[in-house]
Amino acid sequence: MSGTQERKTWIDCRDVSLGYEGRAIWEGLNFQVRSGDYLCIVGENGSGKSTLLKSLLGLLRPLSGAIVRHVDLRRGAIGYLPQQTRAQKDFPATVFEVVLSGFLSGSGIRFLHTPAEKSTALMNMGKLGVLELKDACYRELSGGQQQRVLLARALCAAGELLVLDEPVTGLDPAAALDLYRTLEYLNKKEGIAIVMVTHDIRSALRYATAILHAGQNRWFYGTPEEYLASPYGKRFGGERA
Amino acid sequence: MSLLLQMFTYPFIVRAFVVGILVSLCAALLGVPLVLKRYSMIGDGLSHVSFGALAVALACGWAPLPVSIPVVILAAVVLLRMTENSPMGADAAIAVTSASALAIGVIVTSLTTGMTTDVDSYMFGSILAMDRADVALSVALCAAVLVLFVLFYHQLFAITFDENFSRATGVKVGLYSTLLSVLTALTIVLGMRLVGAMLISSLVIFPALSAMRIRKSFRGVVICAAVISVVSFCAGLTLSYLVSTPVGATVVIVNLIVFLGCCAARRLKS
Repeated sequence: MSGTQERKTWIDCRDVSLGYEGRAIWEGLNFQVRSGDYLCIVGENGSGKSTLLKSLLGLLRPLSGAIVRHVDLRRGAIGYLPQQTRAQKDFPATVFEVVLSGFLSGSGIRFLHTPAEKSTALMNMGKLGVLELKDACYRELSGGQQQRVLLARALCAAGELLVLDEPVTGLDPAAALDLYRTLEYLNKKEGIAIVMVTHDIRSALRYATAILHAGQNRWFYGTPEEYLASPYGKRFGGERA
Repeated sequence: MSLLLQMFTYPFIVRAFVVGILVSLCAALLGVPLVLKRYSMIGDGLSHVSFGALAVALACGWAPLPVSIPVVILAAVVLLRMTENSPMGADAAIAVTSASALAIGVIVTSLTTGMTTDVDSYMFGSILAMDRADVALSVALCAAVLVLFVLFYHQLFAITFDENFSRATGVKVGLYSTLLSVLTALTIVLGMRLVGAMLISSLVIFPALSAMRIRKSFRGVVICAAVISVVSFCAGLTLSYLVSTPVGATVVIVNLIVFLGCCAARRLKS
């Protein structure tokens, strides 16, 4: 990511209200995600983090306002790392099969992946250090390795914006640190924008360029420094301050 | 050996082989995503729905298949749409539907025709009683299932592995889930003629489970399940001819033996 290049605004939330059946959980939400950004969404359970995530992914319409996505994202090109399901942990598929499945967006009928897709997949696996696991069985990998494979798949779906839903949940501290370092690399060196829902407030404060805190019908958006100075940050992130 | 050769001189046995191979192929292919999505009992549920629909059709004097196919497709679509988030779990929904449909079928039958051979054949299969029209219909439906499965292989893999990711990247998850439901429903209705409502779900589950023990890739599992299913069916039908046991039950037992073999093979490896 060169500094001279114009930073694209991938997601622009303009005065957005979100919720279900007319009952708003989020109101008057304004923020942007631009290339090179690292946004962490924090807050208590049930504060609407998943609702926000669904809306950012385009799976839930806002009650009012608009979530404007960059034209390059129109074809569903968001690299999403969902929380793992129980069924997945025991899934018979090779790492290569899983990573290649990231290319499906918008494609119709076809039997084979193109050579270009295959080489991109291999490149992404290389970036995440899972290339030598190409033919390994997904269910036999460690939790950290599985997350890397899913990240490689997410990169195949979209090379510019990653949306992660509690990626370190269930990982041991070493694997979590490893994952954070990888994300930092992708963010700093490749300029990939990262949006992450997390409970790990320490790491959020350490790596993020912006924090979005979800509270009961209120929210806070700002840099980690601003966040720590705010009433939310004083209570929630107090340990570091 | 001559006994085996003699077997193929009977046209009804040849027909049974043709239909059986096709249906067990379809069941095995669809079984892989179904088992992985934790829908193993769907075959059981749908076959009971089909039984209920057939009983009503017989009682009213309607043709059985035109009634049961749409009813089973509808049930499949509804049941497979149930996710873990629905108020009632998918397993409970399948159990409730299955039991209710069976009860309706039994009551309608007892009030009208009584337990005729027709009803019996739907419970336990009537593979040796297939006529030409049955064979033609089965071949057409199986061909449709196979073609659609191959065409949408990648999409089916994606929604089986990770529905949320697929949805977020723009895959029409609803469309492909419905496709899977329709294909499953068709296979179940056809399979009932083969091994009966009581045993059809085993044709869906066993090959997928066996293949999952010994294969590591999704493609490997799909191909292996198809091979296991067809081989088990042929072995089961031949065995039942040789020792005069019911066809459906014999095929299931062969599948069970293969499954136990695969479990043992996995244990030996690790």
